[in-house]
Amino acid sequence: MYDAVLSETVTITGQGGDAIEAYSARPLSPGPVGGVVVLHHLPGYDRQTKEFTRSLAVGGFNAVMPNLYSREAPGADPDDAMAAARAQGAIPIPDERIVGEVAGAIAYLNGLSNANGKVGVIGHCSGGRQSFLAAVSLPLDAAVDCYGGFVVGEPPAGHPLQGWEPIVNRAPELPCPLLGLFGSEDVQPGQAHVAELEAALKAAGKEYKFRTYEGANHGFMQADSARYHSVSAVDAWAEILAWFGRYLAA
Amino acid sequence: MCTYLTEKVAISGSAKGASGWFRVTEGSVYFDHPVHAPYGHTLNIDFLAPEQGPSARVAIELNAESARALMKAIEAVLESAPPGLE
Repeated sequence: MYDAVLSETVTITGQGGDAIEAYSARPLSPGPVGGVVVLHHLPGYDRQTKEFTRSLAVGGFNAVMPNLYSREAPGADPDDAMAAARAQGAIPIPDERIVGEVAGAIAYLNGLSNANGKVGVIGHCSGGRQSFLAAVSLPLDAAVDCYGGFVVGEPPAGHPLQGWEPIVNRAPELPCPLLGLFGSEDVQPGQAHVAELEAALKAAGKEYKFRTYEGANHGFMQADSARYHSVSAVDAWAEILAWFGRYLAA
Repeated sequence: MCTYLTEKVAISGSAKGASGWFRVTEGSVYFDHPVHAPYGHTLNIDFLAPEQGPSARVAIELNAESARALMKAIEAVLESAPPGLE
């Protein structure tokens, strides 16, 4: 069985036509295979998220992760890049920019010679919210929200996200099925937030599947974090690969 | 959760990083996910010199209890410093 995978840093075209750094991982099979855009968590374009991206390729998908701090700190260590972005007021990243980066990543994936034209999106933490945002903004075929906070609910006074349009209101615009993966111990999103998102999807007649993992907290899929919850992460991976396998097939 | 909240403060002094001492002009303080410390959230402080690029940074991640203890220690030392030295 030929199971070679190529992973490497590439340059893709992001929002506004800007050249941005991205991490690409893809199976070297003739395919055709589906593509997945990976949106990294707030701490950055880091080792564990690159490993996550490679795992999607091992799972049979072309994957690309834009470096969302590419403009603020090109070539920097991921934690230095995140710190520079914070200091420059670029966190949270504007929604318009996220949509532009994902659009560029979709174009990159569809340009690969073994692409089947189907593309999904996945993100963790702030990336989970961004994954939902991308899904309601672009013609995606599947979306996965891993514990994205502030998809629902009003951010508290003074919070940087206060005043931003609540993206849950755009649930009727979702063009694709949504998989949501959450931890029972998480507070943002907490179980009330998850229920609110579920209600919005039901009201809009959207296809979705939610899993809440008992004993798991925010960040339970982050392999380098104290919050990694192995039993939940292993099951979550199975859900992710099944979801993309089902909805990104040719 | 990602708190997103960041306090920025202009500072003047020096920090010692991986490449040695450098002058710092900005501080970022935030309570959010750590990169290295083994806690869910930490009080994070970045000592920065933006004009020297992102790697000109000394970063600290402390649990909340340590951060409060450090604040008290800082205040105690400044209060006890002989007058006229600032």
